[in-house]
Amino acid sequence: MNFVALRMLTGDSGKYLGLVFAIAFSTFLLENQTSIFAGILKRTGARIADVTDAEVWVMDADTQYFEESKALKDTDLTRVRGVPGVEWAVRLFKGMPVARTDAGRFAQTSVLGLDDVTLVGVPRKMLLGSWERLREPDSIVVDKAGYELLYPGESLQLGRALQLNDHLVRIVGISDASATFISFPLIHTRYSVAVNFQGLERSQMGFVLARPQAGITPKELAWRIAAHTGLRARTSDEFVWDCIRYTLMHTGIPVNFGITIAIAILVGAVVAGQTFYLFTIENLKQFAALKAIGVTDARLVGMILLQAGMAGVIGFALGTGLAAGFFDTIAHIFVAARGMILPWQNVALSAVCIFFVVIASSLLSIRRVLVLEPAAVFRA
Amino acid sequence: MKPKPASIPAVLCRDLWKSFGEETARIEVLRGVDFRARFGELSFIVGPSGCGKTTLLSVIAGLLNAERGSVELFGENVAGLSGRERIKFRRRHLGFVFQQCNLLPALTAAENAAVPLLAAGWKRRAAIARGTELLVQLGLEARVRAFPTKLSGGEQQRVALARALVHQPRLVICDEPTAALDHAAGEAVMELLAAAALRPDSAVIVVTHDTRVFRFADTIAHLDDGRIARPKTPSP
Repeated sequence: MNFVALRMLTGDSGKYLGLVFAIAFSTFLLENQTSIFAGILKRTGARIADVTDAEVWVMDADTQYFEESKALKDTDLTRVRGVPGVEWAVRLFKGMPVARTDAGRFAQTSVLGLDDVTLVGVPRKMLLGSWERLREPDSIVVDKAGYELLYPGESLQLGRALQLNDHLVRIVGISDASATFISFPLIHTRYSVAVNFQGLERSQMGFVLARPQAGITPKELAWRIAAHTGLRARTSDEFVWDCIRYTLMHTGIPVNFGITIAIAILVGAVVAGQTFYLFTIENLKQFAALKAIGVTDARLVGMILLQAGMAGVIGFALGTGLAAGFFDTIAHIFVAARGMILPWQNVALSAVCIFFVVIASSLLSIRRVLVLEPAAVFRA
Repeated sequence: MKPKPASIPAVLCRDLWKSFGEETARIEVLRGVDFRARFGELSFIVGPSGCGKTTLLSVIAGLLNAERGSVELFGENVAGLSGRERIKFRRRHLGFVFQQCNLLPALTAAENAAVPLLAAGWKRRAAIARGTELLVQLGLEARVRAFPTKLSGGEQQRVALARALVHQPRLVICDEPTAALDHAAGEAVMELLAAAALRPDSAVIVVTHDTRVFRFADTIAHLDDGRIARPKTPSP
């Protein structure tokens, strides 16, 4: 009877397509919104994840996430270096000066000042130039998205001059940094150069980056540093999750996306449910005939679930394809959308939601068929 | 089921009572109906609209329960069967032809004819082959792959007939099988019904008020006001 169920489903192509597209639309909205949400959350920790040299981040005890750090004292670096198990520890400057191009265009930037000697935290993925050239005087590396923001429509070019807080610097490299929560150009330079871009604050060191000695885990080292210095020390992963948690707890983003996701589920369930219910109502005579012929209720329920499941699978596949195509397309069109992907976890989550949408939309139909008297088939 | 001796009627209804609604809105549709249909015979139940023909048919088929009285099909008390057993019994021993045909519009003629076999668990290919075979016997060899919307009323009823006969039931129940057909098509359907459905070990019950086809009946039971008025054998 499975064959009969599927033929009944596809027999009315208008309703069948309506059902499939309702589910596809719901799937697309779910996957699109959850993936953009996940992408935004991932961006909050992008700066941390991009630093692959260090495994432990040390910060002031009150610092909650990357963008809002309180400066450390210069002596804190020495204290961290003195903690047993630290292989090395270097300072990291973080500031947000305004950059101005020779054409007068300006934008606020995010500047990371790296340890002058080791250049720990330097971007490893370079599109043009070389990060080693940061050792040259007044040199900076800017990320591609930032370059395109400062020089819209112009090709990537090294040697261009940029003013940062009245200090003239030259671009010696263009990096492929991960997209961040705020789309400021990301500038890497040496610590001694970066401090010139900021105002006359007494302390300029935002973070200390450290690496454990062999045999000591980053987590263990972070615990030791916190215990010895009273500073906050987090592994890179922990710090990424701190940033994500901060965004979830202190911004309206989860609520906004949550509303859209809830609407996607509701619209999907209502449209799919209504279409499927109408489909069943119009086939009631056929179902009554099948009941009279001797098809059991269990078999009829199986047929309805198969119809709903088939529409669900096809709609879900279509919606997932649309969502994947969407992310692939926008990532190529908009530089700001780089890194936005459709994670498999979101596909799995959407699959679970769509499963419940399909079950919910089937329930009314199943109930209607179960209470249907087979004798109804004799009524003209 | 063991074969029953010819002396046992195919259908034996005794003192059937059935009503619908409650209290003041209660309508007694069947009021002590006695009815029998013999093997090898075409039994007609006739009567005016609303006299209870369809209700009687539904009770005989086990689709409705009578409040009083008994129904025996092939010597077996259908009321004594559980719900599941009754469905299985119906699937195995009964064939239906409905007034509106009730063919599945998404299936071809051959697939429609094969539905009872599919419901019984036959493989699709074998079931459709058997359905096709029967359609050929009923003169629809050129229409086996046609969908119901492409068939005339007479052709649709022949497909419905094939669906009713494909699993070789012992009782075929027909509800107004000619009501939606013109005279010629009605005659043709009744001829096919008489020729294809009747075997020594099977019976056919036809509910109709189409007097044009009364001549096909072996016995006619007149139902009026919830009672069988006068069963009789029609004059040739």
